[in-house]
Amino acid sequence: MKETLEQIRREALAALEGARNALELDELRVRYLGKKGALTAVLKQMGRLSAEERPVMGQLANQVRAALEGALETRGRELEAKALEDRLEAEALDVTVPGKPVARGHRHPMYIALDEIKEIFIGMGFTVLDGPEVELAELNFDRLNAEEGHPSRDWSDTFYFDEDSRVMLRSQTSPMQVRAMDSMELPIRIIAPGRVYRKDEVDATHSPMFHQVEGMVIDKGVTMADLKGTLNTVVEQLYGKGTKTRFRPHHFPFTEPSCEMDVQCHKCGGVGCPTCKGEGWIELLGAGMIHPRVLEMSGIDPNVYSGWAFGIGLERTAMRRFKIADLRLIFENDVRFLEQF
Amino acid sequence: MNLSRKWLNEFVTVTASDKEFAEAMTLSGSKVELTHDLGAEISNVVVGQVTAMERHPDSDHMWVCQVEVGQAQPVQIVTGAWNVHVGDLVPVALHKSTLPGGKKIEKGKLRGVASNGMLCGLYELGLDERDFPYAAIVPAALLNDYHPLDKDKPSIPADVQPGHKIYGPVVAARVLECVIQPDYTFHTCLDLGGSTACPDTRCPNLHEGDMVAYNTKTDSICTLEDLHAQQAEFPHCIPDGIFILHEPCKPGDDIKPVIGLDDHVVEFEITPNRPDCLSVIGLAREAAATFDTPLNLHNPVVKGGGPGVLPELLDVETPDPELCPRYTARMVRNVKIAPSPKWMRERLRAMGVRPINNIVDITNYVMLEYGQPMHAFDYRYVKGGKIIVRRAAEGEKLTTLDGKEHTLTANHLVIADQHRAVGLAGIMGGLNSEIVADTADVVFESACFDGTCIRKGALALGMRTEASAKFEKGLDPMNTLPAVERACELVELLGAGEVVDGTIDILNFVPQPRVLRLEPDRINGLLGTDVSQPEMVSILKKLDFQVEGNQVTVPSWRGDVVGMADLAEEVARFHGYNNIPTTLMRGQTTLGGYSPEETVERQLGVMCRSMGFDEIITYSFLSPTCYDKIRWAADDPRRTSFKILNPLGEDTSIMRTSVLPSMLEILTRNYNYRNQNVRLYEVGRTYLPGGEHGLAVENKVLSMGAYGGGMDFYTLKGAVEAILNDLRAEDVRFEVPCVPNPSYHPGRVADVYAGARRIGVLGQIHPLVAQNYGVDAQFYCAELDFQQLLAAKGADPEYVPLPRFPSVTRDIAVVCEEKITVGQLEDCIRSAGGKLIQQVSLFDIYRGKGIGEGKKSVAFNLVLRADDRSLTGEEADADVKKVLEALSSQLGAVLR
Repeated sequence: MKETLEQIRREALAALEGARNALELDELRVRYLGKKGALTAVLKQMGRLSAEERPVMGQLANQVRAALEGALETRGRELEAKALEDRLEAEALDVTVPGKPVARGHRHPMYIALDEIKEIFIGMGFTVLDGPEVELAELNFDRLNAEEGHPSRDWSDTFYFDEDSRVMLRSQTSPMQVRAMDSMELPIRIIAPGRVYRKDEVDATHSPMFHQVEGMVIDKGVTMADLKGTLNTVVEQLYGKGTKTRFRPHHFPFTEPSCEMDVQCHKCGGVGCPTCKGEGWIELLGAGMIHPRVLEMSGIDPNVYSGWAFGIGLERTAMRRFKIADLRLIFENDVRFLEQF
Repeated sequence: MNLSRKWLNEFVTVTASDKEFAEAMTLSGSKVELTHDLGAEISNVVVGQVTAMERHPDSDHMWVCQVEVGQAQPVQIVTGAWNVHVGDLVPVALHKSTLPGGKKIEKGKLRGVASNGMLCGLYELGLDERDFPYAAIVPAALLNDYHPLDKDKPSIPADVQPGHKIYGPVVAARVLECVIQPDYTFHTCLDLGGSTACPDTRCPNLHEGDMVAYNTKTDSICTLEDLHAQQAEFPHCIPDGIFILHEPCKPGDDIKPVIGLDDHVVEFEITPNRPDCLSVIGLAREAAATFDTPLNLHNPVVKGGGPGVLPELLDVETPDPELCPRYTARMVRNVKIAPSPKWMRERLRAMGVRPINNIVDITNYVMLEYGQPMHAFDYRYVKGGKIIVRRAAEGEKLTTLDGKEHTLTANHLVIADQHRAVGLAGIMGGLNSEIVADTADVVFESACFDGTCIRKGALALGMRTEASAKFEKGLDPMNTLPAVERACELVELLGAGEVVDGTIDILNFVPQPRVLRLEPDRINGLLGTDVSQPEMVSILKKLDFQVEGNQVTVPSWRGDVVGMADLAEEVARFHGYNNIPTTLMRGQTTLGGYSPEETVERQLGVMCRSMGFDEIITYSFLSPTCYDKIRWAADDPRRTSFKILNPLGEDTSIMRTSVLPSMLEILTRNYNYRNQNVRLYEVGRTYLPGGEHGLAVENKVLSMGAYGGGMDFYTLKGAVEAILNDLRAEDVRFEVPCVPNPSYHPGRVADVYAGARRIGVLGQIHPLVAQNYGVDAQFYCAELDFQQLLAAKGADPEYVPLPRFPSVTRDIAVVCEEKITVGQLEDCIRSAGGKLIQQVSLFDIYRGKGIGEGKKSVAFNLVLRADDRSLTGEEADADVKKVLEALSSQLGAVLR
């Protein structure tokens, strides 16, 4: 009997080791440990043994059963792990297959540039104003010190709606300076982005409609040094810390002194290259101290208050920001263009 | 404004390189656009003297020249030009030289003969006859170059011999001798076959042995023109050749100074407030102040003494004094019209002005130097010796120097004699008083006209000239006298005529220099600087302001300086804009931010983009035909638009009252570019009549448009719903429009409401509209009024407790008439089901088999829930039963 038990143990352990799946394992469990299994069959013969042999054999039979049960469980876990492994392997995906597309709309590049500018000024306490595009020549010109006879008032330059040249499409966002002075409490810090119109044929750098951002500060004791400091801060935020700028004298009817602000060419670092037309500098914006007459016309005493203002062309800013070569792309709205941003 | 640096250096010595000069001038306020070295492209080109020449052994038209170029040995150069003679001084491009246009010259062989460079013509040096009038070539017709047009019928026999008659008095002759004379004409000796003749000629292409046509009657050698010959008959007798220098120079000299190409030209962008800088003197003053060097101006001196007494010769009247603040004139008699001297031509050319003749060149020279436009006209055409500066008569006609006839109005100012206009004041002279070759007496006009009058006059005639561009900016009336003096001085310098003593000078204004107070504290206060008073005074003095104590007298040419801020700018310019400190803003802090409107506008944009719509920017103006394209009725009141009276074109002539055409145009463009899936949005404006002060009512509209990529009515509707949901708009409804919308598909369009508020419209574009845009596709658009969206924006969310009790769901499907809408069914379910109904979701609409003609089956999923208990199945069923009864009795919709 002892031999039989030992043989069952040997055979069964070997068989369990060879089981390839849960089903085979279960069959083996039935074959060896089931009611009609081999071990049970041996135990049934225990009655024929002597009293001395019986506990010895009983103990041995239990050992064999325990060994088989242990082996069964171990093998079961092994097979389970393998089955999981097989399944995961079968479920493996080609991760290079493209993901399912999620539609995402795109902000127009010019408004991306505008948003950047707005954020900077809002951070400095500026309010964003909006105003009419169909504007009075009085606000677009007279109140900005561009009197009757100023060339920009010509019908060859500006769009008009009446023979008296009274109502026009604003040629600049600067009338927003007047509107702000007329309607707001001092001190004023505003920017006013928007569409402006000039009689330019469409080409790679011109459009009869384009966008500007106007900015204005009026307070007691505002100086040209403030203008420089503020605009330098803006440029550093737009183009990175340490960006070099310079200010050049210029002329606008509604500022005095007037200036233009250049940034050092990012391409050549100021040495001169095709991007900056050899100058080393790229013109960025026009600015100046608000002309005393402009303040006076809005009922602000230039002996008490002073201010500065600037205007920046948005298309050119966006074109520079995104290296867009042709202005027409901005208004063409080809989705292949729009979806690059 | 171009500036010759050589000319500039006559007044102020500036040695800076072009780059340094440009930078310094730009930073002091005279913006330099470009600098240009006139001779930059020319290198290793020298003066040469032809010492010997012989015909090329292997060519019928080339010459082999020995040229002395200042080296140990003459160089041998082969040329195809025929106007060269021994002794000529010529430009020689040596081996390894460069010429304008990137041309490189190297030694080589021409038909086997070594050639160590090239003799240059005018064009090869970038010049033409206007720069050097003497270099114009009139070739003789050389019979040995004759190539008959028809080989079988030559007009001149190939074996023509001296003495043979060609026609009439013209006979063939052989050149025995051709000697250049000091005046650069040629003395020849001709063999006429038995006799000789010795005519002088200007034709430079003659050499010993050539056969020419000689006119025995006029004793002259015939040109092609004399023979009525075509160029093709004499292919080498061309009006082109080597530039024979008449300049004082010697072999080996660098060619550039000899021909005036050693100058550098600086191109300025002068702002309109500084017309004084549209002159060499004005820029010299700026340069002197910029480089802190002395300005050496010159006072013109006129000897005078010409025949006659000025008041007897000329009288001037200015009946419109306000249009002619000053009129100054002088007279020159016994004028000899000729080319002006080289130095003057060079300076004019450097400044971009073409030389014409001495008198015209003088007027241009003075205009460039002084910034004062001048005009010279022929005295013999000033009938009655009287000049009247008057308004033109309505309809008065005048032909200007450019040959164009103009019909004038009373808004034009003319220079007239007693009978007729002889010039358009400040714009252009009249053809009838033009300076011509036989002009004997000249009137120099140096006047100051009203800028606005000149500007408007020039604009009305479409002829903005150099003169009018200056006048329109408002010139200094004090400048007319020195300018006319300078012109007369130049006349005498050039020996161009005799200046009559005396000047006519009519002043219609009282010269009153402007005096300002110098307030250093205020200037520093405005600039944020700490510039000392002495520095300020020194800056102003450099610019010819007179300063005494605190009194600043503004020079007459600085009409732009009227107040403290203007003085501050002068100080800032020369103290240096970049020396002004940079400070941050002080004072009361202000709260920045977006307006509530803009916040919502940004919210709409975020929402649109989250659903795949790309932002576009479209023009605000469009063509009136757009309204036809979107099928608006001819009498549709929305067609009333702001109309631009001076548009660029019809396509951009009216301000849009609808954003739909703009969107359709962009959709169409993308469609034509074959972009497959397109979703676009714009928050655009419309411009409606009726605003304050005659302005427009500018409304914003959220415009959406799409095609492809599964876009259909319900997809777009879903997007609009999402937007309204994001705004927390309440009571959103979509209704069939009560008034038909002609732009949209009549069965696929809905008006959008939030409560009683009509937000806008959405739907499929009418196929006929699509057809009008040339598109065979389904476009979907929505137009949502921004102000209405803003008004429909709901309150901020407030937390609602999550349900504590479970819900029960029931599906129902009812069959109803086709005309019953899902909206009606939903409304019925909600009202009948009461407050237990939490959610009604459509999940199927079925038509066809088993339903019956004209009917549909509509299936809903209902979610029912009570807030205070777990709803039982029986309760839910009872509620659903009520719903079904209501559907049946109210809408005839029965359970399927």
